[in-house]
Amino acid sequence: MSFAKSLKEGLVTNNPVLVQLIGMCPTLATSTSLVNGVGMGLSATAVLICSNIVISLLRKIIPNKVRIAAYITVIAAFVTMVDLLLQAFIPSLSASLGLFIPLIVVNCIILGRAEAYASKNSVGASAVDGLVMGLGFTLALCIMSVIRELLGAGTIGGGAITVFSQPATIMILPAGGFLTLGFVIAVMQKLLKKGE
Amino acid sequence: MTSILSIALGAVLINNFIMSQFLGCCPFFGVSKKIDTAAGMGMAVTFVMGLASAVTWLINTFVLVPLGLGYMQTVAFILVIATLVQFVEMFLMKSMPSLYQALGIFLPLITTNCAVLGVALQNVQNDYNFLESIVYGITGGLGFTLAIVLFASIRERLAASADYPKCFEGFPIALVSASLMAMAFLGFSGMKIW
Repeated sequence: MSFAKSLKEGLVTNNPVLVQLIGMCPTLATSTSLVNGVGMGLSATAVLICSNIVISLLRKIIPNKVRIAAYITVIAAFVTMVDLLLQAFIPSLSASLGLFIPLIVVNCIILGRAEAYASKNSVGASAVDGLVMGLGFTLALCIMSVIRELLGAGTIGGGAITVFSQPATIMILPAGGFLTLGFVIAVMQKLLKKGE
Repeated sequence: MTSILSIALGAVLINNFIMSQFLGCCPFFGVSKKIDTAAGMGMAVTFVMGLASAVTWLINTFVLVPLGLGYMQTVAFILVIATLVQFVEMFLMKSMPSLYQALGIFLPLITTNCAVLGVALQNVQNDYNFLESIVYGITGGLGFTLAIVLFASIRERLAASADYPKCFEGFPIALVSASLMAMAFLGFSGMKIW
């Protein structure tokens, strides 16, 4: 498959969050501002690419029966690395994402791609798959966080631009997260139906 | 005693795992079409969360901290949880087949439930002692059960009779209902204990 085609699949037609409906927890929890959303998206993308490569390399060695445990160990190792790197170099992001960095381990997107793709395909293809699925996740987070930050805090990009001064705070609270994701997926379903 | 009580009330209502912390959303949306299965899932999660809190507390206090391996927390906890779930599954299959029939199909799903890993990590972050950790795990699970059972009842009603735009069918309308529920749970955030 060409890169452009798989990119389109990851970003739009088979977007992990908006179409496959997996990876909900981090999408809802970290999309309170654009900075958090992009930080979470890129961290998960990095883990996804690395874990896809390693799992694809090991796909013939790992026995079928213990594969899930083996995948989780590989993923957890990369998540720990990303966690420590963020703590060292971007402590502010690490503090605001908090618990959700270690929780990348149980992000269904990463284990899902390991099981559905990297365990069956070559290293190069798995790396590309990790990249496009990670970007799809990041895109969904961006859409969510722009809407929520704009309506809930009245700013774009962590207070860099103030659009209005009396925001609806509910949008950056959990209720607003569920609501925004509901509407974004509804729009997505409408658009995909039109495209068919 | 008051600390135990405030942890319990906090975990069930004020900081409900799903409604205010977004932990455990996948099973929350995945297994909430029917009240029975939702209750089964809630029970299984409560059980595993209590057990995982106890075991990860012991591992952290007696293995990771003395050896200075705090940075291995994520790896160690997820492996412990995965093995634990596997053991619980085998144990139930052998000795309590009736309970296994009720909870069995949910158990494999729980390994990747972020509420379980979340509770283990939060116990460490909050410096809970052994008893507090177990209480936090179990009551967190009860809060999850409360939310998922209420949500499943709403979804049953929605499926039976509701009038909404076609593109909201399935997930979107469920998310919008969850949003309204989260708003209701927001009411608890003003509660304070002593």
